[in-house]
Amino acid sequence: MSIEVLELYAGYGRGDVLAACELRVEPGEVLGVIGPNGAGKSTLVRVLTRRLAPRSGGVTVDGRALARIGRLELARSLAVVPQLPELPAGFSVRELVAMGRTPHLGLLRPERVEDRRAVDRALRATDTVALADREATRLSGGERQRVVLARALAQRPRYLLLDEPTNHLDLRYQVEMLEYTRREVDRGVGALVVLHDLNLASRFCDRLVVLQAGRVVAQGTPTQVLTEALVSRVYGTRVDVHTIGARPLVVPHLPEGALAADP
Amino acid sequence: MAPVVLSLVALVVVLVAAASVGSVAIRPFALVAAVVDGVQGHAHGPAETIVWQLRLPRVLLAALVGSALALAGATFQGVFRNPLADPYLLGAASGAGFGASAVLVLAGSVPWLTRLGVPGAAFACALATVVLVMVLARRDGGLPAVSLILAGVVLGSILSAGTSFLMLAARDRAAGILSWLLGSFAFASWDRVLSVLPLLVVATVPLLLAGRALDVMQLGEESAAQLGVPVERVRLALLAAATLATAAAVAVAGVIGFVGLVVPHAVRLAFGARHMRLLPLSALWGAVFLVLADLFARTVLAPAELPVGIVTALVGGPFFLLLLRRQRSR
Repeated sequence: MSIEVLELYAGYGRGDVLAACELRVEPGEVLGVIGPNGAGKSTLVRVLTRRLAPRSGGVTVDGRALARIGRLELARSLAVVPQLPELPAGFSVRELVAMGRTPHLGLLRPERVEDRRAVDRALRATDTVALADREATRLSGGERQRVVLARALAQRPRYLLLDEPTNHLDLRYQVEMLEYTRREVDRGVGALVVLHDLNLASRFCDRLVVLQAGRVVAQGTPTQVLTEALVSRVYGTRVDVHTIGARPLVVPHLPEGALAADP
Repeated sequence: MAPVVLSLVALVVVLVAAASVGSVAIRPFALVAAVVDGVQGHAHGPAETIVWQLRLPRVLLAALVGSALALAGATFQGVFRNPLADPYLLGAASGAGFGASAVLVLAGSVPWLTRLGVPGAAFACALATVVLVMVLARRDGGLPAVSLILAGVVLGSILSAGTSFLMLAARDRAAGILSWLLGSFAFASWDRVLSVLPLLVVATVPLLLAGRALDVMQLGEESAAQLGVPVERVRLALLAAATLATAAAVAVAGVIGFVGLVVPHAVRLAFGARHMRLLPLSALWGAVFLVLADLFARTVLAPAELPVGIVTALVGGPFFLLLLRRQRSR
């Protein structure tokens, strides 16, 4: 049981954006995907959400080829929190979260008790119960992102795919998003999270995959992966790595002259 | 459920009122008697005949056309996620207008056009125009919204130019064309009611069932697809059904504007944006709106009639401008 990416080649036009990409997400773990801009993170997300067909190699979900899985069935096992979610006007939070039940209902069947229960559970799991009757477009950015996560959880998926879920959020909401996700993972969900912030990735992920120019250049626990040598090389800038709370902390290495004077 | 029941009651009240009012006022009791007699196939007095032969088909046709246009409008707005979309966005109106003008001008000299008749030509040209727009807008097996709208606008302009040309070329027929283009229920008959009814049922049933699909599609194509909705197929099916409803409505009543644009907005403001409610309520209030507009059109200058499209535009125009202002200030 896992999502497996094997020997994946994918891209647009002539070149390959992903070359021989391999990774694996197991239930009950958070796999972080990191790498500089243009490394292929977004392309990987596009392949996993079937917006881009691989050139060769492939993806399996619980042993079955991604391309062969039915739409509704795929949506029942893999839920996506997109990078820039759209929340239409005129819908309450509860109504939006209930849309997460679509893969279980199809387009015609009316809601059942178990659907309402799944929605209630998703609202509780993301602390959005108090917002349930508010119109979603009136919420703050952080609250909206929680609503989108709640919609994904209402799908009751086995895997979560989060594409930079902490973008544009302030510190508190970043931490909350990752905490809610962690709780689901503790219940057996497998999560693949694309993250920009190396230190959030370090704290939050069980394992990390580092992409550079479409290739996986390192894979392992944050401690194994986030070394001064590797991060400096991949990101093309010198960093210092400290250890705080048993996890690596990456700090840009600025030359003496570039540091702000300490008054 | 309550809003639907409330709206149904409103529709029945409006239908009864509209059937009672006219050059000859008819008391509700006589109305019921006329309906009973008519259904049994024998109308007695002159009042019963007026009700059964003139008023009822006219009121019912206005209700059917109004509900078809409003439902199609709500569907177009939902599919394109654009509040300014209306049933004529993809060229159905200009196609129908061109077809109707061609018959009005050429009838007499081209026998098969005469046999097709104005409603037949309007229906066929409306459908053909939208199909052509879809063919022109196809990109890599998909139907991107932007190219659909552009193709619809451009083809619509070409056909409108054709209609204008026909009006100038046959000046003696221009008034007839213009009054058809503005829409009217003056030619309502049971034949017309019964000829559009099956088309509207076929088009309406899938649209009324599309509530969840349209709701989820408001999240954007990507998210809808990730929730398991076959976005392209659903969009094509809904556009086809909405176009069928629009073409049938335009064929029997001419081009009546603003119903399909304004009614869904009013319903959305009053009852919320969820399509499971919005679609049936748009159909009901579209019927109410157009029955009242037609009542106004045939009574305000009686015995003369206003084209009903002028009445809907007089009410709908200002509302539309208000909407535009709100859109901009956002």
